Amino acid sequence: MSNYIVKRIFASFITLWIVVTATFFLMHAMPGGPFDGEKKLPDQVKANLETKFGLDKPIMQQYGLYLKNLLKGDLGPSIKYEGRTVNEIIKYSFPASAKIGSVAILFSLVVGIYMGIVAALHQGKWQDDLCMIIATLGVTVPSFVLSTFLILIFSVKLKLLPPVGFDGPLNYIMPAIALGGYSLSFIARLTRSSLLDVIRQDYIRTAVAKGLSKKTVIFKHALRNALIPIVTYMGPLIAGILTGSFVVEKIFGIPGLGREFVQNITNRDYMAIMGVTVFYSAFLVICNLVVDILYAFIDPRIKLE
Amino acid sequence: MQSKKFVRILSMVLAVTAVCTLYSGCKTSSTAQQVIKYNLGAEPATADPALNNAVDGAIVIVNTFEGLTRINEKEIAVKAVATDWKISADGLTYTFTLRNDAKWSDGQPLKAGDFEYAWKRALNPDTAAEYAYQLYYLKNGEAYNSKKASADDVGVKALNDTTLEVKLEYPTPYFLNLCAFPTYMPVRKDVVEKDKAWFTKPETFICDGAFKLKEWKPKDTIVLEKNPNYYDSKSVKLDRLEMKMLEDATSYLQAFKSGTLDYIESPPSAEVPTLLQDKTAVSVPYLGNYFYVINLTSKADKVDPAAAKVLKDVKVRKALAYAINRKDIVEKVMRGGQIPATTLVPPNIPIDEKGTDFKNKDYYKPEGDIATAKKLLADAGYPGGKGFPKITILYNTGSGHQNVAVAIQEMWKTNLGIDVQLQNQEWKVFQKTRTDKDYTVARHGWIADYVDPMTFLDMWVSNSGQNDAGYSNPEYDKLINAARREPDKAKRVQLLHQAEDVIMNDMPIIPLYYYKNIVCMKPYVKGTYKSVLGFVYFQNAYVDKTAK
Repeated sequence: MSNYIVKRIFASFITLWIVVTATFFLMHAMPGGPFDGEKKLPDQVKANLETKFGLDKPIMQQYGLYLKNLLKGDLGPSIKYEGRTVNEIIKYSFPASAKIGSVAILFSLVVGIYMGIVAALHQGKWQDDLCMIIATLGVTVPSFVLSTFLILIFSVKLKLLPPVGFDGPLNYIMPAIALGGYSLSFIARLTRSSLLDVIRQDYIRTAVAKGLSKKTVIFKHALRNALIPIVTYMGPLIAGILTGSFVVEKIFGIPGLGREFVQNITNRDYMAIMGVTVFYSAFLVICNLVVDILYAFIDPRIKLE
Repeated sequence: MQSKKFVRILSMVLAVTAVCTLYSGCKTSSTAQQVIKYNLGAEPATADPALNNAVDGAIVIVNTFEGLTRINEKEIAVKAVATDWKISADGLTYTFTLRNDAKWSDGQPLKAGDFEYAWKRALNPDTAAEYAYQLYYLKNGEAYNSKKASADDVGVKALNDTTLEVKLEYPTPYFLNLCAFPTYMPVRKDVVEKDKAWFTKPETFICDGAFKLKEWKPKDTIVLEKNPNYYDSKSVKLDRLEMKMLEDATSYLQAFKSGTLDYIESPPSAEVPTLLQDKTAVSVPYLGNYFYVINLTSKADKVDPAAAKVLKDVKVRKALAYAINRKDIVEKVMRGGQIPATTLVPPNIPIDEKGTDFKNKDYYKPEGDIATAKKLLADAGYPGGKGFPKITILYNTGSGHQNVAVAIQEMWKTNLGIDVQLQNQEWKVFQKTRTDKDYTVARHGWIADYVDPMTFLDMWVSNSGQNDAGYSNPEYDKLINAARREPDKAKRVQLLHQAEDVIMNDMPIIPLYYYKNIVCMKPYVKGTYKSVLGFVYFQNAYVDKTAK
């Protein structure tokens, strides 16, 4: 077990190094730089700026310097945001995304699993159809459509929720639904098919034959095994949702990390592009690792060798 | 049993929430503070006067700092920190007398030396300020920024605490206007040298303007409050100014409609016609010109030899310019209150104290002149577009630019029989293609750096870094240089008019429309001013809830 974990951690570092290297060189290969704008800067001013951020050095030297700083946990200064480091930017944007993201994950898990169970237990009946229609909509409707729709209903028509902002828990509701809509549908479908699979197995039949109540059979015996595929899905889901979404954050005005992914590229903010990419990759790698280790505990059939 | 308990808890939570909401509602109305909620849009990259290069940062700066002068609603510079100034006969030396009651927000006196320090800091090559060139008017300003002179050589000197002497490279009639520009604001040495991010924290944001920083929540809100140490704080009525950073146009329009915001700019373009019609929005001048630029350099031959060859013929360029119906472009395509551009220099540039506008003619009709265009094309050897090669319009990705390009493609096809191909590129890629001159015809836009025709004209001299057309006409260069050195205001304006005549006759660029800003303000918001450079001033703003 510990041998496996050590191997996995080593592999994670290799993965991260590949991500850092590929991103670094691809990013510098993109035409246009951080100081190109509608107004061309005088050559001297541009040269001063490049010196300030070390962009005048040869590319390999910049790469080496970046790796060296990265090992120390220093993600460098933002080129666009004066006087702020990439570490600071992540430090203040990630909690905002994570707050909304946690609510979204909780929402998609609770509602998704519930819908999946209802659908599986009423297979072929109207409850099943209804749940699956909702699930199909959730997968196909893009988050910006869902967001706008939610604002229209709950803010403009019913005036129940604030349309934008990040001032309190009431602000979390709509973005969390918009953000969790897709995973909710995915979880509902996964739970349904996996539960249908499990309840046809012999041990469930035995449990029913023993005279256990339906509730005990489902929750104590069937669901535990049916949820294993959901755990697999949790790794990328948590990493993806907690790091935010460009669209949802922009629409609801949430000061989160999701926006950084897109805007830093538009700004050619080299340090920030690298920083958020490294952060996201590390987060994803850790989530997957945790999920893999959790497996062994949930399902004794899986051996981590 | 359990579900009953759940319902009980849920109803309690709801009741508490309702009471809290009601309470917070009461609190704001009972204290009756003067508050305006304005949408700044994006997060400003900085609010450091020397380092700022964007309108959002400038709006924070012009409300928290005050320069030697400030601009009034006619865009004319009036007294601010300076109470008096003397200009030498040759227009090269300005001696400013500063008011002796000006203070920093922490109560320390504001001195002439703070201006000297701030200006030299912006020019210091180590500061690496993008807008350092806004101070190139100072004697040796450019030389110092290029490490060819020392800080002591720069033409700004505090003679004592209330006297500032400024020496210029050229007589610059708009220099007093420049003194109100963010780059020219004073900063204090002990503040800016201690912490690079001084402007994000209320305790280190030391300023000399009407408001000071109360809170900066990144990508969320900047809260400004009245600065009691501002010399004219008695006339500031607003207690608090909340600047939100909402980027999505549909969202901030909703927030405006629901009353969460009092003042927004640039609503979604599809909504603009309706908003203008029901008077929710107004369109205000924005000193800028949207145009197409034609590559006249030999680099164009490498991109498309056939197109480059025909575009070097002035008759062809004029034919293209005259064949465009700009009225249709602004009314049917843009629909955002823009104005057809019939000159290079946009209107709303006053040239004297009375406010006379520089723009005094149209070089062609807003609807275009198709008959002349056809004749010019025939004279160039392509009657009805016969034998004319296909040309490519390059623009940056964005629906607005694409719509304009499609309209022009159609107009050139119908009116001249010319085939046009459209090509778009991502913003930064596009910038590089255009400055590297790897294009034949490209979209361009220019927003004034200061309120003077020169900002639109001097970029087209032969050696200008901004001259993306590669346009070069010795006569034009001569006129611009003469205007730079001319101390007489009227003669200078005449020279600038002549220069505009020359370039509009050569047509290296095809002006399409003048920009406008669309502003939505609640009727109770009074006394704000949006300048033609896009800055919003709240010094005189107040809320009058009785207003309808």
